[in-house]
Amino acid sequence: MESLTDASLKALSLLVSGDAELWAIISISFGVSFQAILYTTPPALLTAYALAHFEFPGRRTLVSLFHTLLAVPAVVVGLTLYLLLSRSGPFGDLKLLFTQTAMVLGQMVLSFPILVAMGHSALQSADQRVWETAYTLGAPPLRAMFTVMHEVRYGLFAAVIAAFGRIIAEVGCSMMVGGNILNYTRNITTAIALETSKGQFAQGIALGIVLLVLALVLNYSLSTLRHRLAMQA
Amino acid sequence: MRNAIGVSLIVVTLMLSLSTPPATAAQRPIRLATTTSTDNSGLLRQLLPPFEEQTGYPVHVIAVGTGKALRMGRDGDADVLLVHAYEDEMEFVSARYGVNRRDVMYNDFVIIGPHTDGAKIRGLKDALAALNRIQKAQLPFVSRGDDSGTHKRERWLWRQAGITPGGSWYREAGQGMGKVLQMAEELDGYTLTDRGTWLAHKPTLTHLLLLVAGDQRLYNRYGIIAVSPQRYEDINYRGAMRLIEWLTSQQGQDIIKNFTINGETLFFPLAGAN
Repeated sequence: MESLTDASLKALSLLVSGDAELWAIISISFGVSFQAILYTTPPALLTAYALAHFEFPGRRTLVSLFHTLLAVPAVVVGLTLYLLLSRSGPFGDLKLLFTQTAMVLGQMVLSFPILVAMGHSALQSADQRVWETAYTLGAPPLRAMFTVMHEVRYGLFAAVIAAFGRIIAEVGCSMMVGGNILNYTRNITTAIALETSKGQFAQGIALGIVLLVLALVLNYSLSTLRHRLAMQA
Repeated sequence: MRNAIGVSLIVVTLMLSLSTPPATAAQRPIRLATTTSTDNSGLLRQLLPPFEEQTGYPVHVIAVGTGKALRMGRDGDADVLLVHAYEDEMEFVSARYGVNRRDVMYNDFVIIGPHTDGAKIRGLKDALAALNRIQKAQLPFVSRGDDSGTHKRERWLWRQAGITPGGSWYREAGQGMGKVLQMAEELDGYTLTDRGTWLAHKPTLTHLLLLVAGDQRLYNRYGIIAVSPQRYEDINYRGAMRLIEWLTSQQGQDIIKNFTINGETLFFPLAGAN
């Protein structure tokens, strides 16, 4: 067994030398997760806004439902999606199993509750007067909504970053519905799982480094956002 | 507001530049469900690129255990299967889930274990006797436990030996072959493995030795089966047949024959024997 230092050194040289396969894996990860977050954010924030601003029966139940969904394991989402998308399942005709689209769908399902829950908290913290002012000044409801969202934009950015962090680091769902196909559905996390099972620790570590760097960047931007938010308050 | 537009522009550009488009070749991709042994050993990396180049069919490899691969074929989630569980394959074909099964290659299973070999099975020619001794010695045996071809064979061997394995010495891992070999290394355990994966992993497994080989019962044959187009008419049957033809052609068989790791042959061509 190679030592940790050996594996890490090999990992760095793989990254620096622009190993084509490694970078393909990285770009698949980012492509899929960016798409997922892009498609999920608008409906999720609308939902969060509805939950924060409208009084309707069952609202509290819905809010706690979304909080509960935060804890759903990725493999459960993966298995459910697998059964739905399988050729023998109800949506088999769409032929989506083992495609990037299936991975995007899975990650959308995973990121939705995070965006709703965190977006809801952010929107709740908005000053009710912002909306009232906008509305009384003659802004149509949609316009007033954007004004409120703009007011709490840092909180919403934080929600998006947190959701992105979860889905890019997720392995169970991508493995199940993506199938870990080289150059197509093999992303950072499924590749790490595979390389580890093959005993190729160097590539696993190289990919781990990429994820760590990403986590660092995300957290740094999150704290910068928080800082700016605190300055404003 | 300008900020938000800037951010979304960056996001969109990143997305476009980073996401690799799905294979846009002229031909529909072939979904090949196969065992971890053919993929993890590196064989498919030698075998598939020339095929993709010559025919224009991209091949999507989904590496799972044989049990899962057969299941995927039955559900129509794969176009063609490269697996190693002869009886199950025959059953799959006779149940009309698959057609045109052909032999592709063979190697053998081997029993490997710690070099201390507490069960004293080294050099035995009889696999059942070896299993008997391992059970008597109550030494760790790591089972795949995942209904793969190797796991099916292992359970068959225990049955033949008249043993129902169980107890703290029998560890069902539920993982692929490479992972199970690593577990055997860490646990000083015995396990049954195909020779290909064993050879591919041997350099990193310093505590393990090949202990038993050569028993007729350890013969390991790989077959390829197209999923029946009668069952799923929009399956990529043409692609599947092209792949079957190619793997059993002289060129495919030569690549299999010439594929070595550290000078050792992993798989032997078998298509001539059809």
